[in-house]
Amino acid sequence: METALSVTVGCFFAISVYLLLSKHVIRIMLGVGVLGNAVNLLIFTNGRLLREVPPIIAPGMSTPAMEIANPLPQALVLTAIVISFSLFAFMLVLAFRAYQSLGTDDTDGMRVAEPADEKLPPLGY
Amino acid sequence: MASPADAPIDYAAAMVTAPTSAADWIVVAPVLAPILLGAVLLMVRHKPVLHPWIALPGLAIVLASTVALVARVAAEGPLVMTMGGWLPPFGISFAADMLGSVLAMTAAFVALVCAAVAVRDIDTTGRRYGFYPFVMLLMAGVEGSFLTGDIFNLYVWFEVFLISSFGLIVLGSERSQLDGATKYAVLNLVATTLFLIGTGYLYGIFGTLNMADIARKAPGLRETAPLMTLATIYLLAFGMKAAAFPVNFWLPASYHTPRIVVAALFGGLLTKVGIYALLRTQVMFFPVERAVLSDVIAWVAVATMMLGVLGALAQSDIRRVLGFLVISGIGVMLAGLALGTPAGISGAVVYAVHSIIVMTALYLLAGEIAERTGGYSLHDVAGLYRVSPALAAAALLLVLSVAGLPPGSGLWPKVMLVRASLEEGAGMLAFAILASGFLITIAMGRMFALVFWREGENLAVTREARREGLLLLAVLVAPAIAIGLWPQPLIALGDAAAAGLLDPSSYLGAVFPQGAQP
Repeated sequence: METALSVTVGCFFAISVYLLLSKHVIRIMLGVGVLGNAVNLLIFTNGRLLREVPPIIAPGMSTPAMEIANPLPQALVLTAIVISFSLFAFMLVLAFRAYQSLGTDDTDGMRVAEPADEKLPPLGY
Repeated sequence: MASPADAPIDYAAAMVTAPTSAADWIVVAPVLAPILLGAVLLMVRHKPVLHPWIALPGLAIVLASTVALVARVAAEGPLVMTMGGWLPPFGISFAADMLGSVLAMTAAFVALVCAAVAVRDIDTTGRRYGFYPFVMLLMAGVEGSFLTGDIFNLYVWFEVFLISSFGLIVLGSERSQLDGATKYAVLNLVATTLFLIGTGYLYGIFGTLNMADIARKAPGLRETAPLMTLATIYLLAFGMKAAAFPVNFWLPASYHTPRIVVAALFGGLLTKVGIYALLRTQVMFFPVERAVLSDVIAWVAVATMMLGVLGALAQSDIRRVLGFLVISGIGVMLAGLALGTPAGISGAVVYAVHSIIVMTALYLLAGEIAERTGGYSLHDVAGLYRVSPALAAAALLLVLSVAGLPPGSGLWPKVMLVRASLEEGAGMLAFAILASGFLITIAMGRMFALVFWREGENLAVTREARREGLLLLAVLVAPAIAIGLWPQPLIALGDAAAAGLLDPSSYLGAVFPQGAQP
């Protein structure tokens, strides 16, 4: 199970890096989305996979009777999902606004903040 | 494993049973105050007149509690508070050691000054967009990063200040801001995601997220676990946050676009959080791995310093010059990390304090220049000495500080780092620190000559300059000169911070009062 998930995580990372290397903002956004999911799956796999044993202590016991699933990675993944979702939502709006006002989604063409023809500073006066 | 439930439950085995004394709350106060007041500010969003009256006292509380924290840590050693009362490593700890509390105090100081400058600089529209709530949450994130004792919690605080900085950087929605913000957002998000990847692996290897627990378990795992991989991922992730070469290009693309007071906050604070995280992870968790990586870090430091100053020499916009100077300063701090000796790390900490104060002051100086002349371009701005000799004096002191010349605050950390480099036989680092200081002198000296001494007509002045800006700038210049003239107290704090990082036994003892050994 770990092997299968590791390969899946690897595929996710490959896809997201490929998309992040694109010039177009919308593809970069898709890459960011895939990257977030890749990391979540990675944390989940790192927490050791033990199936179908919920981390619940039976009534009348003070410790669990057998090995149980690790609940902490799920808490971490949940936190990471919430954060990456909110950042992703912000970035989609930002990309859309940038497309509206800059008129391009090609990062090579986005030169408003760093103009290509900027003069060197004066050398004397 | 099973045990009968009727056995008496020993809560002391899992919980902190002693009540928390009221004085210990100063560990969380720097985070609690901005979060709560940030929420209050959101509630009064439509009454922008009230915003400064809530934000400024809030940041004053942050400053007061961090000053108290530094005094307390200096007197008694690291101070720890664990959430929910669960014994570490199960509860999330807040652990203030000297490194974290000194940086937290400096950050709170410049944030208070910036918030005061913003009273005048950010108009009603900007306040309605949420300037002050964003600043408060940014400060919660920055202070939380400095004070937390849990690596996943550190990631959460990184994201808190990251998303607040997104809100601040697009304040105004100008075209250049949207352009800069897109690059800033994507590359910073990738950096924090790298941090999260590293943390996922770290959890898989260590089975713990508590920083003290990681530090005490690392020696036992070194033979079997891929700690080198972890150290390298963290170096890349935090290097990207700190804007180290070659992953620094988000900074010059974006830091000149927001409002000048926002740029001042960013230039002062955000990259230093990356440096703090580098020191924490590389020196405290992975000292052996850091020693292996030290050549890489040294070359990155040299390249960062040189790229920063050469970029600064080639810019004609004052704000972009300053952006490259921020990068150059990051290289100097990385030199301390590369050395890894007590003197080197102490120099890096002192330089971080200097850099937080002086870079913020320089951005605010740029704002004052623009207010008097209407622009930031070195081609246009001229003759300011006649308009405001006081501003020229402040500018000269800041130029000396950032270049590392007396009587400025940059001198002593550079002296410490050059001496530490020579002691270690790292002549390349010493040369790069001195050469970058020389080139900064040229770049900033030229800026000073063009802006203040050159005769020329100024552009239309947008509005009449007021005294408050100059006064607040003086509040930042004063500590910079004070550090330059009387550096011993700060160097003592830096030495204590370095000692606490290199030998974390007091930190471990504070987090695990029941016994520092696993």
